[in-house]
Amino acid sequence: MAVDALTGVLAIPAIAAALLALLPGYRITARINVGAAGLTLLCALSLFFRRPQPGTYLLVDDLNATFIVLTTFVGFTTSIFSASYIGHELEIGRLTPPFVRFYHAMYQVLMFGMNLALVANNIGLMWVAIEMATLTTVLMVGIYRTHEALEAAWKYFILGSVGIALALFGTILVYMAARPAVGEGLDAMVWTILVKRADAFDPALLDVAFVFLLLGYGTKVGLAPLHAWLPDAHAEGPTPISAVLSGLLLNVALYALLRFKMLLAVNTGALAPGPLMVTLGLISLVFAVFMLYRRRDIKRMFAYSSIEHMGIITFAFGMGGPLANFAGLLHMTMHSLTKSAIFFAVGHVAQVKGTQRIADMGGLTDTHPVLGWGLVLGVVAIAGLPPLGIFMSEFLVVSSTFARAPLLALVLVFGILVGIAALFLRLNSIAFGAPRGPIGKTHASYVPMFAHLALVLGAGIYLPPALVAWFQNVAGLLG
Amino acid sequence: MSRIDFDIAHLLAGLLVLISFLELYQDRLYALLNVYAAHAFVLAASVAWQAFVQDAPHLYVTAAIALIFKAIIIPITLHRVIARLGIHREIEKVVGVGTAMLAGMGLVALSMVVMLRVTHGADPLAREDLAFALSVVLLGLLMMVTRRNAVSQVVGFMSLENGLVLAATGAKGMPLVVEISVAFSILIALIVIGIFLFRIRERFDTVDVQALDRYRGER
Repeated sequence: MAVDALTGVLAIPAIAAALLALLPGYRITARINVGAAGLTLLCALSLFFRRPQPGTYLLVDDLNATFIVLTTFVGFTTSIFSASYIGHELEIGRLTPPFVRFYHAMYQVLMFGMNLALVANNIGLMWVAIEMATLTTVLMVGIYRTHEALEAAWKYFILGSVGIALALFGTILVYMAARPAVGEGLDAMVWTILVKRADAFDPALLDVAFVFLLLGYGTKVGLAPLHAWLPDAHAEGPTPISAVLSGLLLNVALYALLRFKMLLAVNTGALAPGPLMVTLGLISLVFAVFMLYRRRDIKRMFAYSSIEHMGIITFAFGMGGPLANFAGLLHMTMHSLTKSAIFFAVGHVAQVKGTQRIADMGGLTDTHPVLGWGLVLGVVAIAGLPPLGIFMSEFLVVSSTFARAPLLALVLVFGILVGIAALFLRLNSIAFGAPRGPIGKTHASYVPMFAHLALVLGAGIYLPPALVAWFQNVAGLLG
Repeated sequence: MSRIDFDIAHLLAGLLVLISFLELYQDRLYALLNVYAAHAFVLAASVAWQAFVQDAPHLYVTAAIALIFKAIIIPITLHRVIARLGIHREIEKVVGVGTAMLAGMGLVALSMVVMLRVTHGADPLAREDLAFALSVVLLGLLMMVTRRNAVSQVVGFMSLENGLVLAATGAKGMPLVVEISVAFSILIALIVIGIFLFRIRERFDTVDVQALDRYRGER
């Protein structure tokens, strides 16, 4: 049974992808997509209770179980949202049935790629899986075939390729560092073996390897100097993909970085990876909050908000220590839930208004109360106001930083405050005031959005002790 | 390892860096493709030599992929794509040849300093290979940022990837090398198909600023 759960997490998306590629018809494929995502989630949840022994290729421990459950959960809710979203796109003829079939198959391939990257115990396999997940999102970003979408897909493709190329060079260097200690062959790429022997690795080689890995996987996380693909990819692709990109794929890349950070932590001679991550995180945060101000496209604005939050998360993990890691994990979870909820709302808003331009939408709370207030709640949550979950995790990041590096905490607080102001400036014109743009009816599915927001609100008010203990345990693993 | 084994591996890897420099100053697309074919050919020879020296037969597969796919199929396909799309004119560069060459030399010096310093524990062959491989990777990156044309950016990416294969084969006994080179070949094939299907014609070298703004959307 235990082995079955791990196999299920990988096999269900793979089989579903093959099935969805063959089956015609929107209604049935959308349901299969939801069903497969749901089954994967169930398998992932069972990993909490029983899990297989780590093998040469696959590994499940407390750290990646957390990521897998988060990934499959958001993957499941996004598939529900995607069903109504894609239905509307078919109606207005923006997508044709062959593209919808392709879209559903790719959705499952993407889930497979992300799950494989998370459970991989082999750093080479992890790299291949992340490359696969990247390629599928590239194809999905370009699915509308408009000039802008192709441009975005191309930019994503080139920058993503450079990122994965650098990550591969880093992976090769890790192997080179491990070879004298572990011996030639497959063992020198198995993470569980590497982390046991990492103390005997050549520190200098490991340092250089980490720099390449940070640049390579950092491109995928969307850290500031390397983020250029992210806003375009979010703005031009289908909205469910924006939700999955922001909520999940960025996390998966960050997870890869964390694994290597743990490797360096074992080696006493290697440089501390923390300051590098702290620097990149802060640059991303400050850069992104200023970029929030003059956004005219609603999806692009929330893409910059994702860069901001990935910056905060990277910063927290870079600070390290039980409290900051705890805060980072919590913030990552809350951000995934909130940001995907916002994209669910934004997707329906953009469909109603027929545009993504902020100037062409207004007075949503009047014309579409449920959607409008849902969006308001989401933005309040992402801005980090109490009593929602992100307030708590941001508060933890800030307070743990104040105790250790007050100057850095000042920059952090400054960035967060500037971000709040920018978000509310835009929210005001979108949600309130005189209605602008078309006010047609929506066939929205509100359940995923409000489920996410309820979780975020619940976590902000009361975090169950079991969950706290679990996160503390994982934070301890991260060192 | 005998002296001559090392010398030949060193020669081939050094040749790869040299050809990367040749790519850097080509200003016509067809010429660039021919130089890239030579790049891939030298890579194939280098990988085959590593397979022979390390007694690792699976590396011959990587060498064969490099020879057949990268040195023959891809350049021919790209030739046809260029002819079909009618973009065989001069490549617009962001910086001049002199600046690019100087930057390239700086990058090679940098990778020598970095890699030779951190790998003193490794065996000499792997050391030299890694240093040359990093040079090729960085020169490929330099090429990608100094060109505005989609096809030459792709050529830059492909030579960058050749550097990675050189590094992977130089790391003795590294697993998954064949799989990784297959994965990269698929990636490159997709890019080339992408150029053709999406007709990415002159979107990177247009002089019409308004067109650029429109396609790029808002920054």
